[in-house]
Amino acid sequence: MAIRERMSGNEAVSYAIKQINPDVMPAFPITPSTEIPQMVSNYIANGEMDTEFIPVESEHSSMSAAIGAEAAGARSLTATSSAGLAFMWEELLLAASNRMPLALALVNRTLSGPLNINCDHTDGMGARDTGWIQIYAENNQEAYDNFIQAYRIAEHKDVRLPIMICQDGFITSHAVENIELLEDTPVKEFVGEYQPEEYLLNPGKPMAVGPYAVSNFVMEARKNQLIALENAKQVILDVAKDFAKISGREYGLFEEYRTEDADYIMVLIGSAAGTAKEAVDMMRAEGHKVGVLKLRVFRPFPAEEIAEVLKNAKAVAIMDRAESYNGNGGVLGNEIDAGLFKKKYMVDTVNYIYGLGGRDFTVAHTMQIFHQLQDMVENGTEVEQYQYVGIRN
Amino acid sequence: MRTDISKINESTPYTELTEGLQIYAGGTTKYFNTGEWRNNTPVFHEDKCKQCLLCAPVCPDSCIPVKDGKRGEFDLEHCKGCGICVKNCPFGALEMKEGVN
Repeated sequence: MAIRERMSGNEAVSYAIKQINPDVMPAFPITPSTEIPQMVSNYIANGEMDTEFIPVESEHSSMSAAIGAEAAGARSLTATSSAGLAFMWEELLLAASNRMPLALALVNRTLSGPLNINCDHTDGMGARDTGWIQIYAENNQEAYDNFIQAYRIAEHKDVRLPIMICQDGFITSHAVENIELLEDTPVKEFVGEYQPEEYLLNPGKPMAVGPYAVSNFVMEARKNQLIALENAKQVILDVAKDFAKISGREYGLFEEYRTEDADYIMVLIGSAAGTAKEAVDMMRAEGHKVGVLKLRVFRPFPAEEIAEVLKNAKAVAIMDRAESYNGNGGVLGNEIDAGLFKKKYMVDTVNYIYGLGGRDFTVAHTMQIFHQLQDMVENGTEVEQYQYVGIRN
Repeated sequence: MRTDISKINESTPYTELTEGLQIYAGGTTKYFNTGEWRNNTPVFHEDKCKQCLLCAPVCPDSCIPVKDGKRGEFDLEHCKGCGICVKNCPFGALEMKEGVN
């Protein structure tokens, strides 16, 4: 029986961690992810779980300890945001290259400067090339569901890579919404026990993790790491199918919302998808053929799958909640354009930067963007190909 | 699956390498000749040695073999020439010489 509750995103992820009861959690507080280690510590203090919690002196240490614990043979995790993730940067690459299937609850927050504690995707996008699997949530329910699925994906023998489960800071992490929780037993059965084949604390079976590799080995190691990340795509879909059996909720690499016959599609990640869907419903009621593609899995990037959805659209709005400073668009804008180009699908796209540092993104913004695309296609109006949503000028 | 170190070399294709280049075997550092990093070399004067064995445990690279309670010649294939053993010898039986050999 599902449990009907109301929870914030941080509460939901903490509840998932309690149900999974991993072995080791080193963590250091940073807004807006602080509540996760705080709530997990409460569960441990109350005897509701027996995870070994390690209060460390920094995020550099929390990720290092999580890697160490994982290498020793434990199931480990940590949580962070923003500058905390940036401080882990070196270790993020180590976790992935040493093939440590640990989990990180990322609560997306911008990075300085200007100094700001609110949501955008600067932190997650900054870690895009570290080799981690990245899955983003629209709301508390998805954050919970994604975390329950995390270890099954990361620990799969064809993958063995670390996984980042992301949710939008404050918007998702602190807003309380209805949620449907699973009972402990089906969660524990679904996730299973961690039984690595090789690990450091294995008497009589010595091993070395992270040895020095001379030049003749580095490219081969990276190739194997890339293959593992590509394998994650199918594993994510398989795990989602199993998850649907216990939850009734279905997940893919992305969610298509009324895109079937859509002339205009908006692509975006995270909580703003709820706003965009609302706008789509309102515009559909007036006869506009509009839809939303909400990206769930950002790494591995489903470039071809996205291109197949967008190929028949008249124009696409690609929404980036982070600046890339390459002067030519955001990360999503560039990666989706590249995917379309490689498939030779010549679809008009406009790249919008929105919601930086927690700036509101509204139904009205979404409608303006769709109308701008329509104006561009139907009236030939020239539209800036890379623009900031709602900027004062 | 345990790694057969003898089957991995610089020509091994990526499909046959281990996950994350992890090595599933012990004592493999002895196959890596780090002695070539050395600039200075310790020299053992056996005639001055009292076999007190203060040198062996301080070597960071385990390059002073001890057998039947007596130390032998340096393992120069792995000695990096740090000189700790020389500083630690009370009898002047060890000295550092410039150069790799």
